[in-house]
Order: sequence, then C-alpha cells, then structure tokens
Amino acid sequence: MPAIDDILEGKGICICAGSGGVGKTTTAAAIAAGMAARGLKVCVLTIDPAKRLADSLGLKELGNEAKRVDPKLFEAQDVEMEGELWAMMLDAKATFDELVARQAPDEESRDRVLENRIYQQISNALAGSQEYMAMEKLFELHTEGRYDLLVLDTPPTRNALDFLDAPRRLTQFIEGRSLRVFMRPTGLAARVAGRGASVALAVFKRIVGFDLIADLAEFFNAFSGMIDGFQARAKRVNSLLADRRTCFLVVCGPQGEPIDEAVYFHRKLVEARLPFGGVIVNKVHYPAERLRGNGADLLSALAEELGDEDLATRVAGNFADYQALAERDARNIERLAAELRTKAVIRVPYLDEDVHDLAGLAEINRYLFATSEERIELAAGRA
Amino acid sequence: MTGKGGVGKTTVAVALGLRAAAAGKRTIVCEVASQENASRLFDHTEVGFHEVEMEENLWSISIDPDESMREYVLLQLKVRAMRDMLFRSRIFNYLAAATPGLKELVTIGKIWELAQLDRKVKKGRKYDLVIVDAPATGHGIGFLQTPRTFAAIARVGPIHSQAQRLDRFIKDQEHTGTAIVALPEEMPVNESAALERDLREDVGVAVDRVYMNGLYPERFSKAEAERLAEIAGREDGAVRAATRAALSEHSRARSQRAQLARLRRRVEAPVKSLPFLFEPELGVEAARRLSKRLG
Repeated sequence: MPAIDDILEGKGICICAGSGGVGKTTTAAAIAAGMAARGLKVCVLTIDPAKRLADSLGLKELGNEAKRVDPKLFEAQDVEMEGELWAMMLDAKATFDELVARQAPDEESRDRVLENRIYQQISNALAGSQEYMAMEKLFELHTEGRYDLLVLDTPPTRNALDFLDAPRRLTQFIEGRSLRVFMRPTGLAARVAGRGASVALAVFKRIVGFDLIADLAEFFNAFSGMIDGFQARAKRVNSLLADRRTCFLVVCGPQGEPIDEAVYFHRKLVEARLPFGGVIVNKVHYPAERLRGNGADLLSALAEELGDEDLATRVAGNFADYQALAERDARNIERLAAELRTKAVIRVPYLDEDVHDLAGLAEINRYLFATSEERIELAAGRA
Repeated sequence: MTGKGGVGKTTVAVALGLRAAAAGKRTIVCEVASQENASRLFDHTEVGFHEVEMEENLWSISIDPDESMREYVLLQLKVRAMRDMLFRSRIFNYLAAATPGLKELVTIGKIWELAQLDRKVKKGRKYDLVIVDAPATGHGIGFLQTPRTFAAIARVGPIHSQAQRLDRFIKDQEHTGTAIVALPEEMPVNESAALERDLREDVGVAVDRVYMNGLYPERFSKAEAERLAEIAGREDGAVRAATRAALSEHSRARSQRAQLARLRRRVEAPVKSLPFLFEPELGVEAARRLSKRLG
C-alpha cells in the first residue's frame, strides 16, 4: 500500500474529489500541509465557502488571492516545515469576471457582459460554474508556475458528472451557436428559419416571460466576440486535467453509500481518461485484533478485572458495537479495492477528536504519509 | 430538511415520514435532482418521477427536473401533442437548459403541486404532509432562493406570478416548516449556525428545528473512565482492546456533548438530539427506531 507522497511523486496537481461530508476539505489541507512539510511549495485551493479550510489552517479568512500559512504555527505542532504552505479560497464569481475581462476584445464588451443579468445569474449560481471556475483558477495558477504542487478541494457535487462535465457544459452554453441566430433583436432569422422554431420560441416566451428572452439575446450578443477564446481555454484546461502530472484522488467514507459513490466516481474518471491516483477512506473504524474465544470469555475476563459486572457488560457491549462497525468498514473497503482494482487505498481512522485544526491535520498525516510498516504499527497501537 | 452533506438528512427525512404515516397522515418523501436515497433506504427499486407507496400512508418520489419541466409545460399548454412537439424542438430544449435556475424552479413547482389539496395532475393523490430532502448546505440556499431570483428576472408572464407564488409558499410559516440536520462535530455545528442565518437573511425563512444527529450514548461515567484507563495500560489482548474502545467512546461522547451545547447556544431554533445508530447499514428499521425518538 503506497503512502500519499509515493502517489504524488512528480505530480504538479492533486485534485481531491468525492461526495459531500466525507472530509474532503480536511484531507486536501492535510495533504498540502504534509507535502509542504516535505519541502515543496504547495498551494491548496478550496471553493468551500464554509471557512473550514481557513479555520483548520489558522487563517482568519481566505480570499481569491493565495495567503501563506505562518510557519510558526507548524513549529508549535512540532511539524518541521521545509517548504511553504499557501492557501486560497476560490471566489467563483470573481474568477469568472477576471476571465471575461481577459477574453473581452474591449472594455465596452466586457462591461456589457458583466452587467448582463443572465451573466450575473450564471456566474453566481448556474450549476457547474463553480466547478468550471475551480478548474480555471487551477489552470491559471499552474500556468503562472509559482508552486511545485497545487491541491484542489473540489466542491461537494451531488453528482460526480457535474464536476467532470463542467467545462464542456459551460462552453456549450456560452457558445449557443444555434440559439444566437434566433436571438437577434429583429427576429428576422426566426422568421426565415421556419415555423417550428418560431412556434417553439413563441411558446417559450409565453412561458417564461418576455424579459428573459431579451436578456438572453443580449447575453449572447455581448458574448459573441469571446466565444473562440473561451473554447480554446476550455480545451487547454481539459488537457491539463488529463496530463500525467495531474493526479485525482477519490475521498470517501467507509459506509456503503459513500463507497458506492467512490466506485461510481472512479468509473467516471476512467471513462474520461483522467489520471486516477488512489482513494482515501476517512473515519475508518479499525478492527481490534481478532477475539480469542467467544464474547462470554471477554465478559468474564472484564468482570474479573474490573470487579464490576454492570460496567463489564457495558464495556463488552460497546466493544461489540464498535467491532460490528469495524467489520462493516473492512468489508466495504475490501469491496472498494476490488472494484477499483487498486492497492492504493489509504485508510484514515475515526479519530477520538474531530479534526479542525493544525494538530488534527498532523494527526491525519501520520496515516496519509505512513509507510506500510508504520501503518501496521499504527493500526496495532490503536487496536 | 436541509443540512450539510453526509449528516444523515435522508434518514431523518424518512424517519419523519414514518412517524407521520404511523399517525395516519398521508405523507410523501421527495428527493430532488434525481436522487434515490430514500427508495434505497426502503430497499425499493428506483421510484423515479412517480409517486410510489413504500408502506401504508407513506409514498416516495424522486423529482427529476426534466420530467417536472415536461409536466409543467403540459399543464400550461393543456395539449399533449403540442407539448411533445415543443420538446422535440432543439431551440426549446436549448432555451430550457440555458435559462439559469429553471430546473430548480420547476422542481420547487412540483413540490408545490404535490402539496396542493387541489392537485393539478390528473387523479393526483392528496397528501397531508410533503417532506423534502433538500440539497446540501451550499446548494440548498441557492435552491430555495430560486423563486425569488426568478421572479426578479422574468418580470412579466406566467412564470413571474408563479415564481412569486412559490416564494410565498416557501416562506409560509403556517404551512411550510424548515429543519436543519447537524452532526455533533465542530464544522457541522458552525455550518448549521451559518445555514440558519443564511436561510433567515437570504431566503426569508425561519428555521423551525435543528436535529443533532448521531449522538453517542454516555455509557461510562468519568470515574469509570479513569478505572478503565488504568486497565487499558496494563492488560493485553481482548480486554485491552475492549477497554480502549470504551475510552474512545467516552471521549467522543464527551466532545459531542460539548458540541451539542455549542449548537444550542448558536442557533435560535429548538434543538432535538437523535442517537447514533450502531448498525452496519441504515435501513428502514433503523429509520423507524429513529422515528420514535423524534417527538
């Protein structure tokens, strides 16, 4: 079983993907901190507005500009920081605005787009635009080349497809080739194009209201000069994602549902020919060593040791509950490894304290960066 | 029902449904964005865009935005052939896909329709309670904001008035309730407090209840934990493993109690705690046990 630094050897980009609530943000932060401690200049990007990353890195807040995490904070945790750790929170709207500004042929067309209501909606709220902008920022930072490694914490999409499809869907939307023809203010094209299309357009107008159509027309007109630029850029973003120096890590939890989603996500990565690096399973209940004899033996041994039958029963009951969860986790992880046909499954245990600061990240890194031998010792110590 | 991802929203939503159904209320659990978590909990095949009975008085539906759109347009046009012609048109499909928020709007529209005693679809069943397993935190706010946003963009036409009606429907304190599901950990507690504030300020909804899900039982007292710590140090084998597991449990249960207290301080809505279920996979029986603790 490789450690995370083996998996990331020679990589320039690490993308952590997975469903919500599996500890993706924390994992991304821990990986970034661990790689920085080993001498790299690392930047971790999150688009999570919940301030989780900022909190866990001891930063007051994160913005669309990268901030360096104070190395003294690591010293306080006895972590030797040989490299540098930077962090930023992606502001999807600001990134989109910057992109428009870069692609616009002149200031006037830039302002027309930025002021358009449809654009404001898309840049704020359209499903997929956050994902797309995360990729965009990643591309920008990669091109600047200021960091050895970029770690991206992807948004908690409910559907893995959203995330992988985002660049394509968004450019398709902006492109809107077939639509733009019908959007010309004169409506001449619609008349020429035949009855079917104009009926469709008329009905749509009736349903959504006139203003929306006018806004859409204005949007496509405003964007018309930028489409080629957007397309070219999306192509480059896509090839960066598929580059062999990019690495996708799937993050999940040990319960049935997150495991199913990890399997699904892995399949999507393979289908899209994106480079899969490994899977990290968080909050795993490690199994205790196999019980000798039966439960009754344990109960009587506990009762004898504690001199308290009632307490012994509760301790044994708790242990049985815990073992049941540990067995489930082991079963699920075995299934995961078999489905993914990989040995690169890194388990992080369910820690006694929940992780929300640098000390917690350091604790997680004992598992993420452990060699096989270290991992066996850690598991034994925990059992 | 809303809350951060992975907090057990679906389980709590189904538990609420089971409770209402047991009390004789005709109840439907709705999932959005084509999720099928509720039907999976019942070990049922995918229900899709159909109202399927799970048990007595309890139905489930997975709201697919495209299907909602088809249904909505049919209700507007009244003529099926005309609707079908429209959906065959590339332009129409393109416009529908390109209009920001339209998917969310028709999804909320379907939820509204399910909640009507005078159902719009033919032979529609009347429900006493409609439970919505809403999208996770970040998306949840955007989802609930859609009608208001839409009403602002489309200033005329039927959608304008319908979006306004949906916005009132969401904010109707008398008929619509909002609950957040949280977990007893630092970040989920922070996010639940932020979510309550955002719902109030950005959507105009007051949260009625916060469920603190997955609370460990307090199995051991402090004095007992101290005795267990002594033994964990000197014993080995199963006794050591069992006492260590007990100590882990004790420490988690304690930190969870601290988080529960924090949650109570930080949210305005009343907090109801729900136990952690020590089960390998949560099925309908687990949800049923939870439903008895919801009162």
